[in-house]
Amino acid sequence: MTEPKISAEQVRHVALLARLEMQGDEIERLRADLDAILEHMAELEAIDIAGVEPAFHVPGLVAQLRDDEPTRSLSSEVALSAAPAVEEGAFVVPRSFSEDP
Amino acid sequence: MSGYKFDPRRGAVELATDIAQGEVSAVDLTQAFFERIDLHDGAIGAFLTLDREGALARAEAVDRARAAGRELGPLAGVPIAVKDNVCTEGLATTCASRILEGYRPPYDAHVVERLNAAGAIVLGKTNLDEFAMGSTTETSALGKTVNPWDPSRVPGGSSGGSAAAVAAGFAPLALGSDTGGSVRQPGAFCGITALKPTYGRVSRYGLIAFASSLDQVGPMTRSVRDAARLFGVIAGADRRDSTCVDLPVPDYEAGIAEGVKGLRVGVLRSQVDQAQPEVRAGVEATIAWLEQAGCTVQEVELPHAGVGVSVYYLVANAEASSNLARFDGVRFGLRVPGDTLLQTYGRTRSAGFGSEVKRRILLGTYALSAGYYDAFYLRAQKVRTLIRQDFASAFERCDLLLGPTAPTIPFRLGETVDDPLALYLSDVFTVPASLAGLPAISVPSGFNEAGLPLGVQLTAPAFEEGRLLRAAAVIEEHAGVVDKLPDALR
Repeated sequence: MTEPKISAEQVRHVALLARLEMQGDEIERLRADLDAILEHMAELEAIDIAGVEPAFHVPGLVAQLRDDEPTRSLSSEVALSAAPAVEEGAFVVPRSFSEDP
Repeated sequence: MSGYKFDPRRGAVELATDIAQGEVSAVDLTQAFFERIDLHDGAIGAFLTLDREGALARAEAVDRARAAGRELGPLAGVPIAVKDNVCTEGLATTCASRILEGYRPPYDAHVVERLNAAGAIVLGKTNLDEFAMGSTTETSALGKTVNPWDPSRVPGGSSGGSAAAVAAGFAPLALGSDTGGSVRQPGAFCGITALKPTYGRVSRYGLIAFASSLDQVGPMTRSVRDAARLFGVIAGADRRDSTCVDLPVPDYEAGIAEGVKGLRVGVLRSQVDQAQPEVRAGVEATIAWLEQAGCTVQEVELPHAGVGVSVYYLVANAEASSNLARFDGVRFGLRVPGDTLLQTYGRTRSAGFGSEVKRRILLGTYALSAGYYDAFYLRAQKVRTLIRQDFASAFERCDLLLGPTAPTIPFRLGETVDDPLALYLSDVFTVPASLAGLPAISVPSGFNEAGLPLGVQLTAPAFEEGRLLRAAAVIEEHAGVVDKLPDALR
């Protein structure tokens, strides 16, 4: 029996990083899915990547920058228009920390 | 509309001419398509939202322009369906997700601006896999779409709604988005032409991002000529997308006439051999047609393409985990409140995202996290370079590559939902061109014995979409699919 590629603890940690709240058996279901996927992806370990640059840039293409001139952008009214909670021109959110740290 | 016979198979180019010559009014044509949608889309589920008011207003504007003798755009009066991950100002744009249910963007995507400037009539927004993550449209949280050719089967994904809309004759044109095959595979499953542009050819401004180094908006159309015209309308520079290149846009439509004589076609033999027999037969038939038209044919390999799925699902999901971080219940979309900000994020995202989206966000976050970045994301990006190099080598000997679009005929509904890995592996033929940023087209090659469409895929070097369209036109001539509608929808 091969080592599992990912543990429930790791899934919980990654879920926290991704700001996803996992319910009950969701953790194990996702762990099993990810395990199978990562098992398959192990095929990349066999590829010889010595001296290969990562594909971070498309060769020959340069980022197209616009002229450094002020232009109209979204008004704050429009930017706030889809928000669930707005007050005095700002997005309202719950406090960052609960009363008990 | 006296004397004008409405035909849902009529191409966009022909419809544009009908409108320009006053054979039919844009309003009458738009209404005829809406009537057809009202009659048949209940059974298909292509659309999530219809914009009758907006469409008729635009149609009226076209009719007024025509009456006043003003110049009409290349798609004036022609209806189009738009995938629901493309922003349309004031019109619901949901990405088929609960987290954006009811969201109305305050702006149009660049491609929508181009459609409007060309006079096209956006009829509505089509269904997709949630956040474009899927290959069957079954992960949509907001609707179910079936294959118009066989309602027990999927239309493909993630642009399944757009593909179904065109195949069902609800519009001659649609826009989809392609990250790892999401325009091409539903194109193949629904028997229509579907083009993924070179990365950077079409602006992504207003396309709700999945994977920023892979996403492209692409035309999905009944005919190759329609694809050429639509592509000419949406392609080109946009300062709001710094990855969108400023290169001249050729006249793709006129270019089709140049034909394919002398082009060297490389057949991806190992891909062909991996496909189901019926799919293989479609490629073999295509080879014969291309040879007849003056192409030479040889066999080529892309040695690293076989691991492309692993590369893709690491890179794409890593980018997605970053792009989907913006859905946090703060500025737009669903909010499920918690006592703290962190709880709000967690509850909102858990309630708002479906399980496929969560799976991909977790995989992507894991691949980027400290201790795993080198082994997963960085390694995948290096193998991606090797895949790019494979294409470069192949294109030293050929002008076009040919293979199947998908390994199989369209799946049955529900067939793949319990095996995400198997579904990922079905993208094996489409992800390589995405990873290399190269243009690729799926064009129907015919039907199988059960009347299901089959597609073949052509890939070209960067910015050679014209070459793809020319070869696709040859295939279309022989395939006998373009004038067909499913029996139930005649």
